[in-house]
Amino acid sequence: MSAWKPLHGYEMVVGLEVHVELKTRTKAFCRCKTDYGAPPNTQCCEVCMGYPGALPFLNREAVHYAALAGMALNCTVHEYSRFDRKNYFYPDLPKGYQITQFDFPLCTGGHVVISTPDGEKTIGITRIHMEEDAGKLLHVEGGTLLDGNRCGVPLIEIVSEPDISAPQEAVEYLRKLRQIIAYTGVSDCKMQEGSLRCDVNLSVRLPGQPMGTRTEMKNLNSFSAVEKAIEAEYRRQVLMQIEGEAVCQETRRLDARTGETVLMRRKENADDYRYFPEPDLTALRLSKEELSLWERELPEMPDIRKARYMKEYGLSAQTADKLTVTRKVAEYFEKAAGMSRDAALMANLMVGEVFRLMDGEDGDILLSEAALSQIADMAAHGDISQGSAKKVIAELWGREETPAQCVERLGLKQISDPELLRQLVQQAMAEHPDLLEGYRKGKLSLKNALMGAAMALSDGKANPVLMRQVMEQALEEE
Amino acid sequence: MKDTRVSVRALSAALDRGETTSLALTKKYLNEIKRRDAHIGAFLTVTEAAALAAARAADQRRKAGKVHPLCGIPMALKDNICTKGIATTCASRILENFIPPYDATVWRRLQEAGCVLLGKTNMDEFAMGSSTTRGAFGAARNPQNTALVAGGSSGGSAAAVAAGEAAFALGSDTGGSVRQPAAFCGVVGLKPTYGRVSRYGLTAFASSLEQVGILALTVEDAGMILSVIAGKDGRDATCWAEQGEDFTPQEGIHGLRVGLLLQGDMDEEIRQNLLHAAQVLKSMGAEVADIAIPGEQDALAAYYVLSAAEASSNLARYDGVRYGRRAENALTPEDVYVLSREEGLGAEVKRRLMLGACALSAGYHEGLYNRAQNVRRQVRQAWLDAFRRVDVVLSPVSPVMPWEISQGMEPVTEYQQDRFTVSQNLTGLPAMSVPFGRAKNSLTLAVQLTAAPFMEKTLCRMGRALEEGDEA
Repeated sequence: MSAWKPLHGYEMVVGLEVHVELKTRTKAFCRCKTDYGAPPNTQCCEVCMGYPGALPFLNREAVHYAALAGMALNCTVHEYSRFDRKNYFYPDLPKGYQITQFDFPLCTGGHVVISTPDGEKTIGITRIHMEEDAGKLLHVEGGTLLDGNRCGVPLIEIVSEPDISAPQEAVEYLRKLRQIIAYTGVSDCKMQEGSLRCDVNLSVRLPGQPMGTRTEMKNLNSFSAVEKAIEAEYRRQVLMQIEGEAVCQETRRLDARTGETVLMRRKENADDYRYFPEPDLTALRLSKEELSLWERELPEMPDIRKARYMKEYGLSAQTADKLTVTRKVAEYFEKAAGMSRDAALMANLMVGEVFRLMDGEDGDILLSEAALSQIADMAAHGDISQGSAKKVIAELWGREETPAQCVERLGLKQISDPELLRQLVQQAMAEHPDLLEGYRKGKLSLKNALMGAAMALSDGKANPVLMRQVMEQALEEE
Repeated sequence: MKDTRVSVRALSAALDRGETTSLALTKKYLNEIKRRDAHIGAFLTVTEAAALAAARAADQRRKAGKVHPLCGIPMALKDNICTKGIATTCASRILENFIPPYDATVWRRLQEAGCVLLGKTNMDEFAMGSSTTRGAFGAARNPQNTALVAGGSSGGSAAAVAAGEAAFALGSDTGGSVRQPAAFCGVVGLKPTYGRVSRYGLTAFASSLEQVGILALTVEDAGMILSVIAGKDGRDATCWAEQGEDFTPQEGIHGLRVGLLLQGDMDEEIRQNLLHAAQVLKSMGAEVADIAIPGEQDALAAYYVLSAAEASSNLARYDGVRYGRRAENALTPEDVYVLSREEGLGAEVKRRLMLGACALSAGYHEGLYNRAQNVRRQVRQAWLDAFRRVDVVLSPVSPVMPWEISQGMEPVTEYQQDRFTVSQNLTGLPAMSVPFGRAKNSLTLAVQLTAAPFMEKTLCRMGRALEEGDEA
């Protein structure tokens, strides 16, 4: 992460609007499927394509999912909300209006806690409302093609308070948002597939001054694009302030080539969306009972889980953080921990080796929880070294073999028998009288050399902890 | 059965007794259409081949066992009700070649009952008008006197039933569009309670106001047809009435309370007829009293603001991108919109879309849209209050008699003729136009009945009494 520095004492004031596609089986207002990557225009009907006389009918699953996201983000989920029409013409918008929620959104007043270099910071969430996605336009030679598969896919728009004051905070907020929503299971939150999209609102001001005019940056499709856009737009606005130019309310985008933001359109000559209540849908009413039933479905959230792991398993904050990165990882850890004698050791193996082998945090874990716990137990018992444990994990990744078989096959079993160890120590002492002599004369560090010699005699298979105990005992007896 | 101006009930009985077949009836109606419709203009599309096939199928069903009373009955649909595989134009150039890939719920239900579709009927473009002279494909004419308007916007449906070109027809009523043409043409027009009938597949003009309505020769027919099309279907969130209610009118109106609403200007002949209707109902045992609905005078303005506002959004989908007319010389995406809509939409539609977009725009939203919503709430409350004192409100349908097509009417003047029918849409109340009395020029007159929410049964009972009183 590049370190952003304020210019000329200007603060940045940033709020994010994040669109998240809900993973419902069918669309928000019709029964078309929502499978990603289906051939163009194979998942649409008269409703989502805006045919004459077609009417929307609300998918309750979408409401359920949106409410879960709201609860996970500490929002109030309202018993009464309403849908409205946002009217504008665009070829990817079949009805000429988008069904959204305007003055009575489903959720309001939430927050997310992020970590910053100065400690924890709370970013407020103003509101979360439900809406439908538009289609995709594909510009080809000789014309433009419309794919209606995405028309009507349910979205939630999460609007933050302008609490973000550094590019890294924006990225941290997005990470946290993505983590929490992914935990609830209501969305994949994949930026590359467009199931999480981010718009940035940014203005600058000197400390203590009122908010400046803000610009909006749209279509930012990666965390680094968000970070770059914020840095570039901040720089642009500060330079304008210094030169005494007025910042205009406008929509901009990031030019990936130059790394600068460029004008898309000015606000003053557009964007009267003529909102009014959607007459084709009744008000959305949720009962207290329904809401509390949904609330009970929420999984334990990452922050709470992290604190519990630290307390319950004695993990460091860093390790607990890593083990709660996704719900899948956390659930894997908990299952394995339940079978392990030393959960902390298992946790370290997971962070150290399992994570290395996974293809990113969403990657598959090609090792059963039982196998990992067995490997950890062997290491805890001193049957294998921690180094060997890692080796076994790598060896078993995606393979059908028991840990015991693998240890056997690779000959990784440690020598822990005290009698055998004593013999090795005696042999080392006998073969290296010079070292023994030196030790007796007070050069105590030669104990390590004797250890090395004994270890070499065991082909590295001796349990180092036990071997040391035996060695120390032998030297004392001398 | 020579005459095609026969009630559905009578046709159904004749089919039951084997005196005729659906095929014979369908041919008869198709012949009537061929003979008369060039002068009337009730139909935009006649589906002869499909009708004959459906009639044969209905006859088979009837032979095979017990069928619904509507099985084999030849009927028509307003051309804003979607019919799978059959053009649905809304009398607009922009949908001139549009063939829906699905059926409206009401049509699906009529098909399940075994109805035979004769064709799609004429209307004002996108149902915006009160005369059926504002469609892209010519006017519908009043079968009673073809120099006169049939009323609108469901003028084609009303004219088809009045002319014996269909046994019944469905229309849509956004501000009187079923009741007023029914009154002009001399048939029964029923607008159900908002939420009674699914709007799925009814091309939207003003979603919060409109319902599919029925044009029939008798009140009893209207009730029978309503029981087929009514009830929730899961595709319209605003339709929640239970299915399967029976609307067969009860006999007698003794003890029913009628409120006579005589607010606002109207032709003297219409006023006298209304007073007469009140007298007749009283003589049949109803309690009749004058009633006032406070705030009614603001309803018309509120109606035009809200209906136009919703229309400006509902009609945004006609953009030339996915279906319907696309301007051939459009080079940019913006051209596709601007030129397709410029060429495809008529003057009245454009007028209302601009009015509606304005009513929702920043700076006007509060003063127009929000204010109209407030009026709507007040009007609704005033009507609901009225129904604590009476069972049915008796009022005029149109303040004027049908006007001459050749003279035309200024748009705003035409808007004003809706003043007795829009409140039922603002409030969602069920209402019915029933032929009653005759004018000096021999045209039929009509009165309007309005009842409390979901009290269509009371409407039918009172309407039936008026029919009897009129015959007497």
